[in-house]
Amino acid sequence: MTGRVLRGLHAAVLSGTLVLVSGAALAADPPIKLGVLEDQSGDFAVATIGKVHAIQLAADEINKAGGIMGRQLELVVYDTQSDNTRYQEFMRRVLQRDKADAVFAGFSSASREAYRPIVDQLNGFAFYNNQYEGGVCDGHMIVTGAVPEQQFSTLIPWMMEKYGKKVYTLAADYNFGQISAEWVRNIVKQNGGEMVGEEFIPLGVSQFSQSIQNIQKAKPDFVVTLLVGTAQASYYEQAASANVNLPMASSVNVGQGYEHKRFKPPSLKDMYVTTNYIEEIDSPQSKAFLAKFKAKFPNEPYVNQEAENSYLAVYLYKQMVERAKSTKRDDIRKVIAQGDVCMDAPEGKVCIDPKSQHMSHTIYLAHVNADHSIDFPKVWPDIKPYWLGDAGCDLTKKDPMAQYTPSNPPPK
Amino acid sequence: MDIATLAFSALFQFGDAFAFLVLSACGLAVIFGMMGVINLAHGEFIMCGAYITATCTHAGLPLPLSIIVGALVSALVGMLVEFVVVRHLYDRPLDTIVATWGLSLIATQGTLIVIGSTMAGVGTPFGSFQVGAYSYSIYRIVLFFAALGVLGGLYALFNWTSFGVKARATIQVPHMADALGVDTRWIYSLTFACGAGLAGLAGGLYAPTMTLVPTMGATFIMEAFVTVVIGGADVFLGTAPAAAVLGVVKSAMTSWQGQLFGQIGLLVAVIIVVRVLPKGISGFLLRERT
Repeated sequence: MTGRVLRGLHAAVLSGTLVLVSGAALAADPPIKLGVLEDQSGDFAVATIGKVHAIQLAADEINKAGGIMGRQLELVVYDTQSDNTRYQEFMRRVLQRDKADAVFAGFSSASREAYRPIVDQLNGFAFYNNQYEGGVCDGHMIVTGAVPEQQFSTLIPWMMEKYGKKVYTLAADYNFGQISAEWVRNIVKQNGGEMVGEEFIPLGVSQFSQSIQNIQKAKPDFVVTLLVGTAQASYYEQAASANVNLPMASSVNVGQGYEHKRFKPPSLKDMYVTTNYIEEIDSPQSKAFLAKFKAKFPNEPYVNQEAENSYLAVYLYKQMVERAKSTKRDDIRKVIAQGDVCMDAPEGKVCIDPKSQHMSHTIYLAHVNADHSIDFPKVWPDIKPYWLGDAGCDLTKKDPMAQYTPSNPPPK
Repeated sequence: MDIATLAFSALFQFGDAFAFLVLSACGLAVIFGMMGVINLAHGEFIMCGAYITATCTHAGLPLPLSIIVGALVSALVGMLVEFVVVRHLYDRPLDTIVATWGLSLIATQGTLIVIGSTMAGVGTPFGSFQVGAYSYSIYRIVLFFAALGVLGGLYALFNWTSFGVKARATIQVPHMADALGVDTRWIYSLTFACGAGLAGLAGGLYAPTMTLVPTMGATFIMEAFVTVVIGGADVFLGTAPAAAVLGVVKSAMTSWQGQLFGQIGLLVAVIIVVRVLPKGISGFLLRERT
């Protein structure tokens, strides 16, 4: 109880100073409130603490440079504890009580689908800054993360050409893993390959002896690992110690949970990941971003793709608000509909697709070497999130507020 | 695929599941099964053992020594927890749930704040070997023998040593043991420390094979509780057969239909055993003997 009172006092003092500072510096314009709902504890914290830091970094930079239209950016940060019900609770709070103008929220797809109906119902505006299984066609959402047509239609054909056509998928057993596995299955089939096995692993499972043996029995040319959460990450160490020695392909590893930094080499040898950003990317923009990040957060273990997505999302929001001269969602969506909301992000140039409100990305193929250093055998510039638009989702005309999959496309 | 390869693979998978169940459960078997303290911080003792083991290995200690240090530190932490919290709650078993759950939350979040969201792994030693078409990690065999060793050690400790006899006497009839001159408080404390140390040992043994994160204890706790619940009150006669039964069910179901069915099979087996043998497997075995 005392703790709560103290924290309350602390917050009151902090916000008091904030009001004083901004009051002294600027006119009476109220700040723009940005809700931040990310997992700072629990199973997903490894990959998501960096997102909060990235948002803080961008907000600081913007505030130092005069804010958005002269208004300061105020962050309202809640720790969602890797718990879907917390997302629902805090999404209500941040929209109803804190009256946030926009909310940056969510790591796992389960959490996004938990809070999305609340955003729709309360007429909010949310950014999902995470790579995911794709298909969310919802005018209340902007997705800055990469989607399967960007990550898999590049990765899988490249892997099949290099290693062979027999593929085994090991995926987390929830919406992300199931739908991603469906994408992999379709792309493998289109390219004349064969799925020699598929296994779905419940979240929280950490022992993989039997799965390792199933993989060895199926004799694939490479394994697609779509494992999520820290428990499932134990797979790599266990597979390496059993000498499975197969190349791996993934859309989630390295770029999110920096497994190559956490595990002892060579357990991630020959892991290939398509990602739109990781800190090893050797370009001037990437290095400048990394240097700024490390200057503000010297103890940050790794700057992953979600951190970059979150960072650029704040700047995109600034651009859209300034062009719309409003923080209202409808005004902002009119700007998006013009189709030229683009920016130079640390990864390269990115643009918002008006039909799906998803982002185009530069996709880097990251390859983990035996000593866990990273090289980039291939880079695909400007890969568009085309699937939703081609399948019939057009948010400039109609807002169905739904998630579609290849086997459940938008109704024609 | 010849019969010998298949047989070895089935045996290996059973041994692997058995080792995981035994090592996760044995600490809890002492604290919950024997002492009756529902210890929801069991996973955090495991995490403590794993973190200490990894820290010692990073500092240059050889792995076996690091594991022993990890187990000893966990035992000391256990003794401290017993002295500060659990000691006052022996006659309020339900309150121990809340107290140990609170401890577990504090430990998880405290580790996250102090050490960070992750810790570098130590790498699995010994490499692999080949049987037929399959290759296996040698360390998994080590884990299996470690599990057998722990079971043997527990049996010897509680049946052949004077501490074991006093511990069983203290837990069965505390006032009688007290009257006979046993320092029951000290025995409770040592027994709790023994359970915590075993949890730390499990953490240390699995540290090289797993992701080291503050929440890692949670992946052990379900298996630990179900093994102890169906095992019953006797540490040796409960845990060993319970882990054997569950190990067979889990490895067979996993090999047949994958991990999800392995977990379903495990829980269905638990429900059936609890329904048929309400006092657990050890209750059943001991009744048969008398």
